Formats: sequence, C-alpha cells, structure tokens
Amino acid sequence: MKLASGDAKLLDETAQLASIRGRSLWADARGRFLRNRAALLGLIVLVLVAIFALFGGYFAKYEPDYVDFSLMGANAYRGVPSFESGHYFGVDFDGRDLFARTVQGTGISMLVGVVGALVAVVVGTLYGATAGYIGGRVDNIMMRTVDILMSIPFMFVLILMLVIFGRSMFMLFLGIGLISWLDMSRIARGQTLSIKNKEFVEAAVATGVRPFTIILRHVVPNLLGIVIVYSTLLVPQMIIFESFISYLGLGIQEPQTSLGALINQGAEQMNNGTLWMLAFPLFFFLVTLFAFFFVGDGLRDALDPKDR
Amino acid sequence: MYVYIIKRLAVAIPTILILVVFSFVLMYWAPGGPFNSERPLPAQVMANIEAKYGLDQPVWKQMIDYVWGVVTRFDFGPSFQYTDRTVNDVIAQGFPVTLTYGFWSAIAAVLVGVTLGIAAALKHNSWLDYIAVGITIGAQALPNFVMAPILVLIFTLWLGWLPGGGWNGGQWQYVIMPVIALSTSYMASIARITRSSMLEVMNSNFIRTARAKGLPMRRVVLRHALKPTLLPVISYLGPAVVGMITGSVVVDIAFSTGGIGQFFVNSAFNRDYSVIMGITILVGMLTITFNLLVDILYAWIDPKIRY
Repeated sequence: MKLASGDAKLLDETAQLASIRGRSLWADARGRFLRNRAALLGLIVLVLVAIFALFGGYFAKYEPDYVDFSLMGANAYRGVPSFESGHYFGVDFDGRDLFARTVQGTGISMLVGVVGALVAVVVGTLYGATAGYIGGRVDNIMMRTVDILMSIPFMFVLILMLVIFGRSMFMLFLGIGLISWLDMSRIARGQTLSIKNKEFVEAAVATGVRPFTIILRHVVPNLLGIVIVYSTLLVPQMIIFESFISYLGLGIQEPQTSLGALINQGAEQMNNGTLWMLAFPLFFFLVTLFAFFFVGDGLRDALDPKDR
Repeated sequence: MYVYIIKRLAVAIPTILILVVFSFVLMYWAPGGPFNSERPLPAQVMANIEAKYGLDQPVWKQMIDYVWGVVTRFDFGPSFQYTDRTVNDVIAQGFPVTLTYGFWSAIAAVLVGVTLGIAAALKHNSWLDYIAVGITIGAQALPNFVMAPILVLIFTLWLGWLPGGGWNGGQWQYVIMPVIALSTSYMASIARITRSSMLEVMNSNFIRTARAKGLPMRRVVLRHALKPTLLPVISYLGPAVVGMITGSVVVDIAFSTGGIGQFFVNSAFNRDYSVIMGITILVGMLTITFNLLVDILYAWIDPKIRY
C-alpha cells in the first residue's frame, strides 16, 4: 500500500502543525498584559509594596509598638524623619517609630484587602454560578435576596456590628466579607447564564454528572477570567473600605494599625507641623491603590473579550 | 408603569422592615445592657430604669413596640446615654446639616461631572480628554477621607482662605470644603460614565443622520445626544447618593460639621445603641427610597426598559 503524494504532503503538514504549540487563551492574555505599560508598572509597584510590607520590618530599628517616652509629644522637633536616629519616617505623636508602623499598616491593609476579595470571590462566584445554573424560581429568589442586601447601607450596619460585638479583626473580616460578595455574585451569574447553554455543559449533563459537580468543574473554571479581573478591582475597594472604618477609629485596634488609622492620626496632628505622619502612610496608601487600579484595568483589557 | 412602581414598593417595604428587625436583634444581642456601668446600680434603680425604657417587657413586645413606633409615629425612642434627648432630637439636629451639604454635593457632582464628561467626549483624544481622564482616575483612587485632610492642609493651613471646620449655621465658607471632599469621587465617576456614554451615542446612526441634515453641532448635542447620554448617569445616581450619605460620616469627622455622621460615630463610641440603630434605620430608609425613586425615574425616561 502506498500513499498518494498529496496525502503524504498533508501528513507532513499535520506533523509540522503539531510541533507548533497552540497559543492558549491565558498565554494570549499574558502577552496582552505584558504589553500594557501602565499595568506592568502597576504590577511592579505592587510587588515592591508587598516586599516593603513583608520585609520592611527587618530594616526597622524599633518595634511598631515601642514607645519612646522622651519623644512623646515632642515629635514635632525631635522626631523628624532622619537616617541618623533610625526613625526613617519620623516619630508619631506617642513617640512610636513611624517606619515600623507604616510597614505594619501597609501589611494589614493589604491583608484585609486580599482576604476581603478572596471571600468575595469564593462566596460570590459559587452563589452566582449556582443561581445562574439552576435558574428559574431558585435563581429569582437568590438574586432578589442579593438585591435586598444591596439596598441596605452596609457601612452603617457594619459599624453597628463593630460596636455591639466589640472591635476585632474577625468582626472586620466578617463585615467586609458580608458586603463584598454581592457584586461578584451578580457578575458570576450573568456569565453563567451564557456558559450554561454551551455544548460541553450539555455533554456533562448527558453523561450524568451531578449539577453541583458541573458547577464546580465546568462552569466555575470558565468564569475565572472575569472573576480574576473583578477581584483585582475589588482589592482596592476593600482597602478603602477598611481604611474608612479605621479612619473613623472603629476598625483595627491599637497597638495594631492600618493605613487608614495612620492617615487619621496624621490628619489629626496636621496643626502640629508633623506632616510626615500624614505624608508617609498617605503615600503608601495612594501608591497601592493606583497600582491595583492599573493592574485591574490591564487585566480587564487582557482577559475580558467584551471590551475589545 | 403603576404595576412596576407597586412591584418595587413590594420589595422596598419588606427590606426596610428586615433592616429594622435586624438592627433590633443586633442590639438585643449586645453584651451588657445599655445601663451596665462600671459601678453597678442598685437593683431597684435598675428595675425602674428598665421599666421606663420598656426593657422589662418580653423581647417580642419590645420589638413590636419599636417597629410600631418607627412605622407609625417615626419615633426612634429615647437615647440611652442622654436622658434629656430622644433619637428624634438627635436626627432633627444633625439631619438638616447633612442634607444641606449632601444636596450641594449632589448638584456639584452632577453638573461638573456631566460637563467634564461631555467636553471630554466631544474633544475625543485631545489634551482636554486626557486631562479629564487623568482627573477621573486620580479622583477615584482618592477617597473622601483622604481628600478631607489634604483640603484642610491646603486651604486652611497654607492658604488660610477657608475655616478648617465647624458649620456656623451653614455659611458658605463652611460649606465649600465638605462639598468638595464629598463630591469629588462621584464627580469623577459621573464624568467617566458620561464620557463613555457620550462617545457611544455620538457614533450612533441617529446622530449621523442629525449631522447629515446639517444641524449645527450645538443643537445635535443638546437636542439629540444629551438625553440618551444621561441615561446611565441617572442609574448611577442611586449608588452615588448612598455613597454621599455614607461619606457624610467622614465629612462630619474631618470638618466637625455636626451632621448626622458625627452623632453616629460619637454614639458608636458611647455605645448609645438606640441612636446608632435609629440613624442606621433612617439611612437605610433614605437609601431604599432613593434607589426606588431613581429606578422609577429611569423606567419613566428610558422607553427601552422592561418592567
């Protein structure tokens, strides 16, 4: 038996095709992301801020809660930022090293932001995907519930909760988690509605896969792109949210601190000429937010096919 | 249309009730009664006080009384910390202040935001457009509690033009900074929404027709493009006003304007449950009512909407 020459050529070409690696959706998205200069810069800045929050503590000469009584109340003229004294960012009103406190505040703010976004992603995606996949009356009830929850002024309810159950990290996380998943569930539901009619879901149904397994195995992975985009945009929102609560003095409790609390203290002490108390936390706050916004924007351009 | 309004009301009213009940249950769960102080009161005094505030009644009776009071008489009960004032007194004192700067903030945000957005869209890809986009990105990352101290720093400490805080009966010098702090981020969002909406509208067929007829640009923009452009802006007004009400907490703290937010935070520190609860419910009612109004307005303006 012998192959016709045309067939042989075809075989050859197929073999060549196989050796060329196909570009996946993710590789494509990575390429688009890396070409976006603002997003790349944002990512680099984020990594730098994260390094600052994680390892900055090793460079601090003082503990964040160490009070230097000789500087207490005298920070305006004796706690000026300087390298000689080891207070790189100066000293706050209570005689504590602002560098160490900024490191701690940045860390806690980022932690709150990431955890809040994570809760939103897990709860919101599952909730939205379930509602969208099951559809019908269940969907109706689930999404009406979200509508009702969304129209409640959560900032006030959270403050009420923080007052009643006492202020703690856990309460803050719980409160932020309660709010943050609502938007995500709507987005996930909308996306699920279009995924659910695709052939691969039909195939899964036909082979008898249980609905919940279909949601986890087949629907959620296809939501990932949009979920990642919105969660990067959620993190700065959560950071702002936590800082807002801490700014009011109701969030993170002393001796721990967050950027919002530091900004609040800096703003209170503005009249004393200790501007560094405002400037350094504010700088890290804004830089982190901007970086997250740019990365989120870049990811949206890279992953969200609608916007192109 | 009426069916739609009734449907929306059917959701809004239970939402308010849920909020009231939820707040009440939270308050009931609160560890330690409102009158537990460091020095325990004599049992008889305690009993008298509890009888006065109705705390000796069974829970369900307390709750029904409270809800009934709120719904029928708009009565949020007495303050637990200050015996000489009720929650209604607190609201009556703080709310007009909040409404005043909230009103001006909303006006400023819409006027400036829409104008900036339209200008940026009409001069697409010009320096004006880039500046507008830059401002909107900047203002979005600058929350109001960051704005406020920066404003005080510039206008009070460096320039000395404006008073750094206080209300003084709502004199204009005292209103400016709260309004700027409160409205900037919403102004930015409105500008961004208007810009992208305007760009889309200007590329649509009916605008091309209008221009092909030879209408002057002014008329095309004002008569034909403006209305469809503003639709997404209107739907954003709901969340924006809610945000402004929440933001009033920051404004009151930063500028000591004496609005409702200041009472809210002070009560939060004093554990004055009834005041916190009253303000939460009031804000909730406002939020829900306003969202309802915006939705109805939207349904009324946009012929495409299904209800």
